[in-house]
Amino acid sequence: MHRHAAATDIDAMLRQVLRDVLGLSAERVADFTPETGLFGHLPELDSMAVAGLLTEVEDRIGIVIEDDEVDGEMLESYGALLAFVQAKRG
Amino acid sequence: MIAAWPSPAGEEYALSFDRGRAHRVLVLPAWFDESNKLRRFTCEVMRRLDGAGIDSFLPDLPGCNESQARLEEQSLASWRTEAAEASAYFAATHLLALRAAATIAPDELAGWRYAPLAGTSQLRALLRARVISSREAGRDENRDALLAEGRARGLELGGYRLGAAMIADLESAELAPAPRQRDIAQGDLGGAGLWLRAEPDHDPRQADALAAIIAMDLLA
Repeated sequence: MHRHAAATDIDAMLRQVLRDVLGLSAERVADFTPETGLFGHLPELDSMAVAGLLTEVEDRIGIVIEDDEVDGEMLESYGALLAFVQAKRG
Repeated sequence: MIAAWPSPAGEEYALSFDRGRAHRVLVLPAWFDESNKLRRFTCEVMRRLDGAGIDSFLPDLPGCNESQARLEEQSLASWRTEAAEASAYFAATHLLALRAAATIAPDELAGWRYAPLAGTSQLRALLRARVISSREAGRDENRDALLAEGRARGLELGGYRLGAAMIADLESAELAPAPRQRDIAQGDLGGAGLWLRAEPDHDPRQADALAAIIAMDLLA
């Protein structure tokens, strides 16, 4: 059912996963910009939370993320993570 | 309240709501990091069951929470034995297994598996977290090499020191069908699973929803 998700759907889905992981309000997450810092910027977002986040993204949009694709750059900002997921989604 | 009981691994503690009622639910907790994230949720579900006239028991798994046993010496077999012995000791009539605990749930007990997770998926998440934190620290680790080391000598994952036997067990632990147990998906509770939260959090509506499903099944 996610086969033809548009770029905007992936943006919305990723914001929802971040809401679920960070326990933030919809308003807070709607304010995320491509520059909003994630891993290394939000102290509560530790490696375990990031691992859960990536697994949830895999489940919700039906992609597989290999460990060697995961690096600090991709996780550093909202924009970088979104670009990665959109590229994976093709 | 807290009950001590003579488990196969030595004296262990269990959170217990025991008023000698007809329905007695053995609650098997989520594992590792997820157990911390879901601890309050689990206790709140038990409180609600108590209010609905249902007894419940939450034993510590050997090597976890207050247990004096060494986690490194545990395996899925030792946890399965513990679950079966706890079921007998507390005279459980039903079972609620949270997340990966579905992997060690005694087949013969009727009950529920909440958002069940295969042991192999749990291991995958732990390895992924370890790889991410190593990369962040500038160490290049990968899953295959970590697994090989884990199978030989055990491995520290997410602050938990797992022995070689547990690593090997988890690697091949798929979710078996459990005809007597009903799976409850996170979607049935509404909202996102609390194990996803970066910091432990609580959502009373989710605890209400899970307790209501169990109470309706038992008391209908």
